[in-house]
Amino acid sequence: MSDMKKSKVKTKYAKSGPLLLIAAPGIIYLLINNYIPMFGIFLAFKKFSYKKGVWKSPWNGFDNFKFLFQTKDAFIMTRNTILYNLAFIVIGTILAITIAIFLNALGDSIRTKFFQSALLLPNLMSWVIIAYMVYAFLNSDSGFINNTILKALGKEDIAWYMEKKYWPFILIFVQMWKNAGYQSIIYLAAIAGIDKSVFEAASLDGASKLQQIFRITLPMLKPTVIILTLMAVGRIFFSDFGLFYQVPMNSGALYSTTQTIDTYVYRGLMELNDVGMSAAAGLFQSLLGFIIVVSANALVRKIDSDNALF
Amino acid sequence: MITNKKSFKIFVNVILSLLALFSVLPIFLVFMASITEEQTLILNGYSFVPQVFSLYAYKYILFSGNVILRAYLITISVTAIGTFVNLFLTTFLAYPLSKKDLKGRNIILFMVFFTMLFNGGLVSSYMMWTQIFHIRDTYFALLVPNLMMNAFNVIIMKNFFVNNIPESLLEAAKLDGATELQILNKVVFPLSKPIIATVGMMVGLAYWNDWQNGLYFLLMKTNLYGIQNVLNTMINNVQFLSTQAASQGGAAAGSLPSTGIRMAIAVIALAPVIIIYPFVQKAFVKGIVVGGVKG
Repeated sequence: MSDMKKSKVKTKYAKSGPLLLIAAPGIIYLLINNYIPMFGIFLAFKKFSYKKGVWKSPWNGFDNFKFLFQTKDAFIMTRNTILYNLAFIVIGTILAITIAIFLNALGDSIRTKFFQSALLLPNLMSWVIIAYMVYAFLNSDSGFINNTILKALGKEDIAWYMEKKYWPFILIFVQMWKNAGYQSIIYLAAIAGIDKSVFEAASLDGASKLQQIFRITLPMLKPTVIILTLMAVGRIFFSDFGLFYQVPMNSGALYSTTQTIDTYVYRGLMELNDVGMSAAAGLFQSLLGFIIVVSANALVRKIDSDNALF
Repeated sequence: MITNKKSFKIFVNVILSLLALFSVLPIFLVFMASITEEQTLILNGYSFVPQVFSLYAYKYILFSGNVILRAYLITISVTAIGTFVNLFLTTFLAYPLSKKDLKGRNIILFMVFFTMLFNGGLVSSYMMWTQIFHIRDTYFALLVPNLMMNAFNVIIMKNFFVNNIPESLLEAAKLDGATELQILNKVVFPLSKPIIATVGMMVGLAYWNDWQNGLYFLLMKTNLYGIQNVLNTMINNVQFLSTQAASQGGAAAGSLPSTGIRMAIAVIALAPVIIIYPFVQKAFVKGIVVGGVKG
């Protein structure tokens, strides 16, 4: 963060006043948007009712947490959040590296640009539109899969939005479809940073492309993989609300395989009006998230301090 | 050896072609559905080669869908205003932070950082925006929560200023008697066009694609919906469009060819992104790389 290579002409004393004034609007936004809600976590210890409002609702200690952890929901949503994240990390990393190596193998050509553009495109779309696309494939009456693919195979229709067993695969697939291209760019940049002469030397020594990939490229990518993985682990209690809310179309039949902490918090707050439980789940997530991100960062700092977040 | 290399290249080309095709196919499917005649769509389902074409959905949107045109205009205005304000807040906070001798720099920097580590969660921020600031069912609901500045962009911007704006230039401007605001305007901004473009594009995309603020905060006033929220509501509730049209004295309700129109709206919501994409791809890729590892 603080390594500045330029020779620094020492100023006598910067007048900080005007500068602080310039920074003020941003600081105020940060205080409102990010800091006031941090203090709002006390809602998790209240029996909230809209009638009485934030301040006058009575305290109820750890009741919200007790109720939350007595339900099956707490276990299901935590399990789902963690398992999906693990799947995204493992499959996503393999896919992204493979794409990056392939793109790199094609060199700097128009075709590479074209492939990259196409692979990045899904990342520009909102989850709402992606949900439309998934729906176009999966809806039971007129969806492409039931109507064209399964019909051609002579198989029975599947009510996709009712069958929870398919959803881990569908959600992982959709997440990969949206993010693999994006992630591959980071790895492509890392590969581009590898000294070309290493490959040339290996080539002269008769190493095949495959050998070069396994002996040079992959080992050289190790630091990037470790750091990106640790950062993803730091967010393991958080899920992409759009993926888990939009893509399964908020279908109740699918909750046991699609519910994550974020969708639970949303549903508690907006659909079930269970503000206390929702706040408790949110605080549970924020605290665990904080602990794990700080630990992950400590690990990153040990491995490669340049890439540590703080 | 040569054949080995060649076969590897062919293999790579085939796989990447397939993946690229995979990436864009769903867009085609939705597009094709939007130009398929409604009865065909109901009878044959979604198909990549529609048997009967029809531009009815687009005509409907253009001539009688004032719900959709309004939503489109709202999305455009929110994106424009939001991106502008976001860039203002981000650059104005990043510039002072790029100065090592700023008083209180470390405290402010930590404040910015800490928001990336811990957050109060949806419930308390929802309560704050609705109970204290009363932005529910107002235009501000789409604009202000969460999207107006993000700590990560502040850090990226600050790092750019530190590494790319020569201190001697700032000194010279100061000696000429320029105020900090003038320096920011005349020296810093012109030198920071690439990073401002990159961040601005990411922010603009976030506003364009946002549906969460509308979902959380626009409960009664659905006429403030942007295009993403209209889509979101419609997919769960086919009736939405007809009731909206009826309440606003629009086209005859109840006889709407829903699927085709819904798909057409998805297409027009996506179209600007796809049209602008080739021109900004470079900045976009750069943004990913800058943000990637340090993310």
